Formats: sequence, C-alpha cells, structure tokens
Amino acid sequence: MSFESELIKGTFCIPECTICKKIVWPPVEFCSNCFGTVSLKKGDFKGKIIEFSRQNKEYFCIIEFENTIKIMAKISQMPEIGQTVKISKCGIVNGNYFFYVN
Amino acid sequence: MIKVGIAAYGITPFTKDDQKIESVLLKSVKKLFENNPKINKNDIDAVLVSTNNNSKYLAPILSEMIGIQPKIAHSIESLCNSGTNSIVSAYSYIVSGLVDMILINGAERYDSPGQILEWDDSRGEFKHPIFWASIFTKSYKREFSITDEQLAIVSVKNHKQAKENPNALSKKTFTIQDVMNSKKLTDDLRLLDCSRPCTGGASILLASEETTKKITDIPIWITGIGQKTTSAAFTKNMSFSSMESSKIAGYAALKMANQNIQDIDVAELHDAFSVCEPMALESLGFSDLGNGTSIIKELYETNDFKINPRGGLIGSGHPLGATGIAQTIEITQQLQSNADTRQVDNANVGLVHNMSAAATSSTVLILEK
Ligand SMILES: [Zn+2]
Repeated sequence: MSFESELIKGTFCIPECTICKKIVWPPVEFCSNCFGTVSLKKGDFKGKIIEFSRQNKEYFCIIEFENTIKIMAKISQMPEIGQTVKISKCGIVNGNYFFYVN
Repeated sequence: MIKVGIAAYGITPFTKDDQKIESVLLKSVKKLFENNPKINKNDIDAVLVSTNNNSKYLAPILSEMIGIQPKIAHSIESLCNSGTNSIVSAYSYIVSGLVDMILINGAERYDSPGQILEWDDSRGEFKHPIFWASIFTKSYKREFSITDEQLAIVSVKNHKQAKENPNALSKKTFTIQDVMNSKKLTDDLRLLDCSRPCTGGASILLASEETTKKITDIPIWITGIGQKTTSAAFTKNMSFSSMESSKIAGYAALKMANQNIQDIDVAELHDAFSVCEPMALESLGFSDLGNGTSIIKELYETNDFKINPRGGLIGSGHPLGATGIAQTIEITQQLQSNADTRQVDNANVGLVHNMSAAATSSTVLILEK
C-alpha cells in the first residue's frame, strides 16, 4: 500500500513515520527525520484554508492538515480564510495529483 | 583569504528565438572573448554551464567548441538560481586552489523544462509558477493591505528600465492602467505582472586576484555570498508574504562582506512576478515589512535605477539558467560605471538576489569595486 496506490483509488492518506510519528510530506518512502518506515494514516481529515485565489471560475487554495502539511486544492464555493474543509475527491490524472475540498 | 574577481563577461540579447542550446552557449562566450582580447583561453582551468536544458554534457561540448581542454567541466542546475549557484561553485573552486580561472556560462531556451517542478506533488494540479505567484500575491496583499494598482508599479518601473537595456526582451513601456488591463491570468495575477521565459545566454569569467588584475583594469570583487534552501516544495514555505530563504541568505552575504544593507548602492532582485520585488526588498532589509511598494514608487517617480536597473526579470526576460549570471553582469557594469543610460550614481557596493521555486532557495551575492 503506497500513498499513490491509495490516491489513485480516491483515498487521501497522511504519511506518518512508524517510529517518530513525524508526518512526511510530500510523501516519501522513509521519514525525513529518522529514516524510519512511513505508514499511511487513513481518516476523515479536517483541513483549514490558509490562502486562495481564482482562475476563471475555479477557486484554488492552500489547505493545511494536522497543523503541519499543506496541499493545493480546488474548491467549488468561494472560500474563506480559516474555513474548515474536508477532501471530497482526489486522485492522479496524467501523473499529477489532484484534490478537491468542500 | 584569496580574493575572487570578475575578470570578464559577455551577454547576448534575450529573445523568443528558436535557437539550439549549443548556439546560445557559444554566442555569449564569443562576446566575452571579443570584449577582452587579453584573455588566453588556454588559461581557463574550468568550465561550468548553468542551465535547465535537458541536453547532456554541455560543459565539455562548450569547451570543445571554443577549443580548450579544461581540468573541470560540468553543468549546474538549480532551477531559476542555477546562475548564481554556478558563480558560488566557481568561487569555491578558486578559493580552494583547484583552479585559477573559470568560465561560467548560463544558457536557456524559451521552452525550458525548468519552469515546472514536477516533483512537487503538494501543489496538486497547480504546478505552473502562476499559481504560487497568485498565492504569494494574494497573501501579500492581504497581510499588508496592498492593492493590485500598488503592485503594478513594479512592472511599470521595470519595463521602463528595460528600455535602457539593449539586451532586454521587452522594448515597451506600460502605464499602471496597461498593467491592470493586461490579460488576467488569475484573480491576483495579470500577464504584465509576470517575467517571460525566453532564449538567452550570459557568460562570466572569474579568477584569482592576481589573474583578474592582469585581465582587467576595473576588477569587481565578490566579497559576500549567502545561500539558503528551506525546502523544495512550495507549500513548505512558512509564510506566503515574505521570503525566509532570501532573508537568511541576505544576512549571511552582508555579514561575509562586512556590509550593511544601507551600504548597498545598486541591486538586482529576482522579480519573477511583481510581488517578488517588494517581498525581496523587505526580506533583505531594504524596507520595512509591507513598505516595499512605497519604495518602488518613489524610485520610479525620481527616475532612480537603484533596484533592477537592467529591468529585472520582468523587463529583461527570464532565461532561467542565464538569469543569475545576467544579474551579476549588470551589477558588475554598474560598479564599473559602464552601464550607459542605466547608470546609478556612485555605485560602489552592489547586491544580487537570485532565487528558485517560490523562494524555497535563495542566493545573495555582494559585489564591490
Ligand atoms: Zn521518523
């Protein structure tokens, strides 16, 4: 089970070191702190909108999870700074990760 | 410590031309030798090529094309600050005593693969630089209550200054309204807020003190170097309204040169997008936080070319691997009082700020007469 094999299935996991519990992001095989093996945490993670902008009609934003990792994601409604969101859809298309939140 | 000097340079116009990378490499080196007939090319101990081009073995290829057999020849890539990374490596080769004279050549084509950092999956589908630039801009405007019009002055100033630079990509001047009316790429970024990828080459020759003095009567010395890499992923930036790596690199470079930011007479800053210029001014300490655009407006209104005299990346164009070298050549010309209509008065100490991938890595150089 890898981050990408889960992401392709539409599941967003948070990669975490099995030894020191550090979150490793963007996902890498081994922990950047202790080189421990990284495992995947599954869950209904809540993120917070840090910043956003808009291209044409689509909003894109920076979301922070677990006060640690940040991703860039799409959101359909006008976002607000500090708003709590969850990943509604994610995957890999043409080699690129994509994330939707609401 | 051994002093390292800028002994010679050569640069060619930045264009949208479809030229082979080898041709781009060769042209600025040819210019360097034409400008400095005293150089014996066989004295060149090392050749470094700064580029994001996918072609391999370019430093040995360049060496063969100019008929030399250096000890050391290799490429250096670090996205947009490849150029100053090469200068830092060249400096270290000289200070270590491994080489005495080293040719650094930056070259890029308009279609450089270095514009996109494929590895950074934290950006999701938003890997084009306009997206990090939009987030920086939005965050900067929010943090310091700055308007789009206030930021537009960066592009207005730098296009105006580029008009005095014969090698610049841009040949036009624009008003604030022109910038505001240019194509809206996102809610926070317009076309004229962006530097444009282009084809361009720039070469510089570094040497030990003794050798530099034999080649040129107006040597310029590299007296300070600061570098910092905080991450590779854009989303790892702690702040989207300031540049942490630039702050640290700037501090280190000034400390090494034993100078203060107030002593800098002329500077090249990495204005990949409009917002980068005030952010760099603030992170390097030229300005208080949030006050960068006021300084830029004042410079524009007083026709003071202190910041980005050649027109910055926005006015000159941004051939990634050549940019840091072109910036260093500009400061060299300024300190030599060779900058024609771009000349800043009493330029004795200059600064180069070159960064990559949304300020995740920065290089700052201090140059002196
Ligand atoms: Zn660990």
